[in-house]
Formats: sequence, structure tokens, C-alpha cells
Amino acid sequence: MKLNTLTLTQAIEKLKKKEISLSELYSDIQLAIEKQNKELNIYLKVDEDAVKKAHKNENEMLAGVPIAVKDNFLTIGLPTTAASKVLEGFMPPYESTVTKKLQDAGGVVIGKTNMDAWAHGSSTETSDFGPTKNPRNPKHLPGGSSGGSAAAVAADLCIAAIGSETAGSIRQPAAWCGVVGLKPTYGRVSRAGVVAMGSSLDCPGPMGKTVEDCAILLNIIAGKDQYDATTLSQPIPDFTKNFKKGVKGMRVGICYIDHPQLVGTPIDHAVGKAGKVFERLGASVELVKLSDQIKSNTILTPDYAISLYTIVQRAEVSSNLARYDGIRYGNDRSNFGEEAKRRIMLGTFALSKGYADKYYLRAQQVRSLYVQNFKQLFERYDLLISSPSPGYALPLGASTNDPMFGELQDFLVEPSSLAGLPGISVPCFRDPSTNLYLGLNIMANHWQEEKILAAAYAFEQSIKL
Amino acid sequence: MSNYESIIGLEIHVELKTASKMFCGCKNDPFFASAPNIYTCPVCLGMPGGLPVPNKKAVEWTIMLGLALGCKISPESKFDRKNYFYPDLPKGYQITQYDQPLAIDGKLINIRIRRVHLEEDTGKLIHATVEGKRISLVDFNRSGVPLVEIVTEPDFRTVEEVDQFLKKLQQVIRYLDISNADLEKGSMRLEPSISLRSIGDAKLPDYRVEIKNINSFRFVRKALEAEIERQTQNPKERYQATRRYDEKTGTTMLMRRKEEAQDYRYFPEPDIPPMRFEKTYIEELKSKLPELPDTKHARFMDMYSLNDQDSGLLTETRKLADYFEECIKVTKKIGLVDEISAKKIANWLINKRPDMETVLPAKFIEEIRNAVMVVELSSEEITGAIATVLEAKKQAVEDYKNGKEQALMFFLGQVIKELKGKGDKALIIEKLKEKLASYGS
Repeated sequence: MKLNTLTLTQAIEKLKKKEISLSELYSDIQLAIEKQNKELNIYLKVDEDAVKKAHKNENEMLAGVPIAVKDNFLTIGLPTTAASKVLEGFMPPYESTVTKKLQDAGGVVIGKTNMDAWAHGSSTETSDFGPTKNPRNPKHLPGGSSGGSAAAVAADLCIAAIGSETAGSIRQPAAWCGVVGLKPTYGRVSRAGVVAMGSSLDCPGPMGKTVEDCAILLNIIAGKDQYDATTLSQPIPDFTKNFKKGVKGMRVGICYIDHPQLVGTPIDHAVGKAGKVFERLGASVELVKLSDQIKSNTILTPDYAISLYTIVQRAEVSSNLARYDGIRYGNDRSNFGEEAKRRIMLGTFALSKGYADKYYLRAQQVRSLYVQNFKQLFERYDLLISSPSPGYALPLGASTNDPMFGELQDFLVEPSSLAGLPGISVPCFRDPSTNLYLGLNIMANHWQEEKILAAAYAFEQSIKL
Repeated sequence: MSNYESIIGLEIHVELKTASKMFCGCKNDPFFASAPNIYTCPVCLGMPGGLPVPNKKAVEWTIMLGLALGCKISPESKFDRKNYFYPDLPKGYQITQYDQPLAIDGKLINIRIRRVHLEEDTGKLIHATVEGKRISLVDFNRSGVPLVEIVTEPDFRTVEEVDQFLKKLQQVIRYLDISNADLEKGSMRLEPSISLRSIGDAKLPDYRVEIKNINSFRFVRKALEAEIERQTQNPKERYQATRRYDEKTGTTMLMRRKEEAQDYRYFPEPDIPPMRFEKTYIEELKSKLPELPDTKHARFMDMYSLNDQDSGLLTETRKLADYFEECIKVTKKIGLVDEISAKKIANWLINKRPDMETVLPAKFIEEIRNAVMVVELSSEEITGAIATVLEAKKQAVEDYKNGKEQALMFFLGQVIKELKGKGDKALIIEKLKEKLASYGS
């Protein structure tokens, strides 16, 4: 058995029991990287000293396992570029909170994964260092922006990975690559040391081969951080404790499959089937009807979220990228790619005098409508399920020349992300003819990752792909 | 006589003297830093991934300043981003407060305060010539230092009013002990705006000229006087502009015409959650306010029967006022309240200006007492005491006459003892010498 195919849970157990050694594990990982990285373009940088660092962490909780980390997390000793030429060669002077926590727990950053430049996109095609290919079918996109991390997990080039999501950037690539990706509640995981994209939305999260693996990583990275004022001191349950509890008695609402764009598609079919699975597992399941306005027991159409999300996120992007002037670090502004330039222009426009009221403030008002809608829905449901994406992984090149590609791919998760809600994408269907996957997006109210993990685990255990 | 009146408003920036900076843990001490860029971190350098975490003390102090200026404290407040490019602004935006300042609608000496808000200071640009090349250097020690902005309504009509207001404001800030409010060191910065309108007009003029680069109260006066004169003489010069004061020529010079306000694209700072203040919290801060200069002034007049002028002088600084009251305590403790009156202490303090660092109140009272008691002892009492001592210590008198000069100090001690500690030493010695000399040899 190739040790790089181990799940995080298995790897830790085998290492602790001395059934395998770190050297063996890293040798298999290294081999897999050598074999596949060139073609799939998953890692922008692999740490040559990873195995040495691993040996030092042998006795820690994570036992020195290799974790792939998206290239927008600042890591001392490993260049951090957010896949943009502007930051090419940038060596961070400090460590992001998430990677620090990972390393303190005995994890090792095996390498930095490719992504859409500045996390602007849902394809990993906008990377200034070339696209990543989907390991399940290399003619297809891995999704994004955490496409490199999702692909690293899917191709077994790591044991588990870290990504970040603004709306869909963890769940959509997880779905397309057939792995598990968890987007925690906004404020659950620190953004300190993560290259900022949409600050009011950004959320680091785990990506893994199993739900349990994500629970283990979430345990490590969650919590209030003195370097991020938006992290909250909510109690942090032990996420590895209750994920086997099941969904008996839970009230599950199926969302968005009655959206005109989804009716009759494989998504409609897959999510509907997932509903049946939950019913069988003892949950009560019903369809939450789509509505174009706030009405009780209906879910507000995600259609509005596209423009709303675009405005909020572009506005924040235009401000967040202002610091990259090439004076004190990195390269000058001519290195910005097309997508970043478009976002800066649009965001600047949306915040301009005379337009801010019309766009930015209006968007914030609509945002509060979504918040209100979810608040009502979670009085009635424990979980909402839908799809993180409107379809299968698209072929390479699909995002080119479509500035709204990401927003259209992610419109099903944008409302919940704008509301700061947590969600997980767990594989729910595989098309044997293409080897491409669909994911199931399971969402719960703020701070209820435990419920999400329990549902995702129960689901994962009861289907065969 | 001019047919115009001046309409003046002020924007005042004050650096708070919190231990750390506004949004990070770096030391807040830009003026005394031993080298550039030593008090910096990823946050105040605007590095990728750096996030601002607000300084609670700075928020508290700003609210306290708002309360001291009679402002309403907003129950909800937030920070905003002000986007603009400048080399001393590492993030490309300044974190400030836009439409929900911490405090609004206050008043200080009849001048309405529009708002008091909290923001971060920028770095400092230094233009230098290094190895023959003219270059600009940036020092980020000041980047992210908490900065309070106080904006008045355009209520000033004379330069005199501006001067009085600024001095009072500086006094209040120093009483609160939240800033050194030092103009020369840049911890207090002033930007007056001035325009002219015809006497009798009710409407505010449709332009204003902002004056920058003023670093002393004297220069505020001079700059305003020069600008009023300039605008009075040249009606064509009455347009929206930013000018800078040149202390060498004593005139203002055009920096830029402001055709329209720059677009800063303000939006709420997403990295900092909005703030909410409970009533009890505001009340608690209110109770923490020190007695303010005007209240203290009135109380001193009332409590210690001081006149307006003395009371004003004593309450000029909180330190002097406290020193005065410490002195009062000392006199109570040693039971000399009648002998050394509050009025007497006030006079001594105002005239002698003791070094409050080295001369403790007890010592200062001792000085007063010694001087005061001399005056109260009659010459007869002293000569009487001397006679008694010399009569009793005949042997010592002999020794003195035989050249043992140390005996003089012995007599001095004895005489003071006889006088029960009263009496001025110099005077006693003089009289002792006189008496001893009269004994002849």
C-alpha cells in the first residue's frame, strides 16, 4: 500500500503505533509529487526539509504528517505568492496563525499549493503560474480558488490540506475533486497571516480525504486569535468527539434544487438522492421552496447574491490590494493579472462618491436580507443541504474570457457565505464515465460545525462512490 | 475697517500616549525612538495578512475626551477605511472613523465641537540627500500611533478666540493625561480653515482655505492674521484651497486648489467588528474623569477663598493644582492651618515656583514656615533667648572667645530649642555674633 493514500486519521494512528515510519510516509509522498506535480501543477513550492521537520514533531498530536497549504497563508521559510507574480519571491517575515497552530500541533507544511491569483476565481486557471489540473480527470478544472489544495488531497500528494474560502473556494474545488472541504463559521478560524481577499468573508478551513480528517484539523486551527479581531471567543467543542452521533431527529431542508437552472440536472438528482439518504438515517427532510422575496419557510433565491457578492467582495479587494505597490516587498503593479485589475477597477467604482450608496450600501442592505432569511430558516431546520456548485468540473479553459465565471459557479454558496454560515462539501456522486464528482453542501447555523460534521460523517458512511 | 468678518473652524489632531499603537502591540513612542523603523510589525507596516486589533485604552481615552468636551457618546460606533495612496501610508488606506465617530456635539468655551473620532497616524517621510542622490525615506515608527481628531464648527470670529480655545483644549487634554499635546513634537497638530463673509450675512461662505504646517500657538495666530489680511486684500483669492504656512516669511503659500473634495472611497473596516457601548460603561468612564480645569478653578476659589487669578494660575496644570492641595494637607497634618493659610501657600507657589520634582510639599511647607515664623518672632524674643542660652553656657562662651568657632553652631541649636523650633537661622546667627562680640575679650 502506498502510504501517501492514507487518510489523516490512519496516518496518525499508524505513526503512533509505529506501524509505519515518517521516512516511509514522506518517501511515498515525495515519490507521488515527483510523479504527478509536473503534469497537475498542484504545488508552487515543496519544502525539501519537510521530512526533517516531521521527525521533530513525531511525538506531537499530528505526529509530523505532511499538510498541503494554500499559497495565500504566510509561511516563514517558504515563499508566499497567493499565485500572483506581484508577490513572486516574497519570503514572509512571519507565520500565519493557522500554519503556526498546525505546526505547533505537530503538522508539517509539505508545500504551498496553487490557487487562483489572490484567490480571485473558482478554477485555479487565473493563477499567474499556470492552471492546476483535476487529478480525477486532468482534462478538467479542479475548481478554485483552493484548487491546488483540493487536488493535492485528491491526488494523494499530501495527507490533508488547508484552503480558504470567501464563497465556494473550499467547497467547490472539494466537490469537483471529490474530497471533503469544510468552510467554518466566519470568525471561527483566524485570518491573521492570510493574504486578504474579501475581508468580511474570508475563512480558512480544512480539506481532507474524510470528514473525520476535517474534524481533526478544525480542532487544531479553530479559536479566538489575538491577531484577528473578527475571531470570536465562542466555546470550541472537541470536533472529533461528536461527529459519529448521526442525524436522527434532525430537521433537514433541501435548498435550491427547484431553481430553474438546476431543475432536471444531475445536481437536482444528486441532492434529491442525498435527501433520501438523510431520511433513511432518521432525519426529517423537506424541500425549502425557492422564493424571490423574504417569505416564511422559503429560501431567498441566490440570484441576488451574485451581484451583491460581486460588489462587496470587489470593494474589499480594491482596498486590500492597495498595499501591493511593489515598494517594500514583492514586484510592481504591472505584474497584476487581468482578473485582479478588473476587480480593483470594479471595486473602486462601487465605492466611489455618488456610487457607493447605489452599490456598496445597497449591497449591504440586501446582505442583511439574506442574514434574516437564514435566521428564520434555522429556527425551523437543523441543516440545509444543497450543492456547492451547479455542476461537474468544467473542462480546462472554461473560465477564460468569462469575468463572471466564479460568481456563476459559486452562486449557490454565496448567500450563506455572505451570512457567515458554516458549510461542508462531502462527495455525493461520481460519474463513472468521466470519473468526475459532485459534492453535497451541508450548512448549519453559526457555530454549529458539530452538526455539520455529524451529518457529513453519517452521509459519508452510508454511500458508496 | 473691514466689511468682512472671519469665519474660522479648527481641525485638531492629538496623538494619544498609550503604551502601544492603535492596532498592534508595537511601542508607541515615535518621537523618542532611537532609530527609524524600530517600533514596527507586520500590522503597522501593512504586510500581507496583517490585521488591525483595536487598542481598547485608546477607544476609552477618546470617549473620555469626548465626555470632557461635553459630547454625546455614540452608543454604536465603528471604524472605516479611507483609501488613498501615499508613501507614508503602508496599507493604501487609513483606518479612521467616517460616519459614526465616537463622540459628537460637544462644546468648549462657547465653541461647538462637531465630532471627536479616533484614527491611526501615518509614517513619516524624510527627504534627504544620500551619497549625492535626493531620496525619500520612510520611518514607520509613527505608523499606527493612535490619533484623535477633534473638529469644531466654524464658530470662531477672531484670532483671539482661536488662541483661547486651543489653550483650553490643550489644558483639558493634559488634565486627562492622555497625550502630551505638544505642538513642537507633533503630538498636537492644528489645521485651521478660514473664509471671509460680509458682515450681516447669515450664510456660511461657499469656500474655505485650510492652513497646514503650523507647529506652535504663536504661528496659529500669525498664520491666521496673515491669511485674513490676504483674503481681505484680494477678493479673488477667496476660493477653496489648501495652503501652507511659512514661518520664515510669515505668509501662507498655495499647496493645492481643491476644486472638489478628494474621493476617499470610505467604507466600513471589515477587519474590525463594530463597537457597542453600554450606558453603564459610559457612566463608568464618566466617573473616571478627573476634575477638569474649570471645575477645579471654581472649587479653589470657593474652598480656599482664592481670587480668580490665583485660582486660574494654580489650576493651570493638574500637577500644580495637586501640589497645592498636597501642601494644604501638610499644613492640616502639622496643625498650622491658621499660621500658613491657603492664600499664603498660593502666593508662595505662584511666586517661588518650586521644582515640584525635587521639593516635596512637606519640604516646601517647611520653607514657608521657617520664613513665616521669623516674621512672627519679635526681635526681643530672639535676643531674649540668646541671652538665656549664653548665660547658661558660660564655658562654651569662653571657648568661643578662645577661638573655638564651632561653638557658634552649638549656640544656634540651643537658641532654636529655646524658641521651640521657630526662628530664621541666618537671623539668629547674625544676632548671636553681635551679642558674642559685645562680650568683648
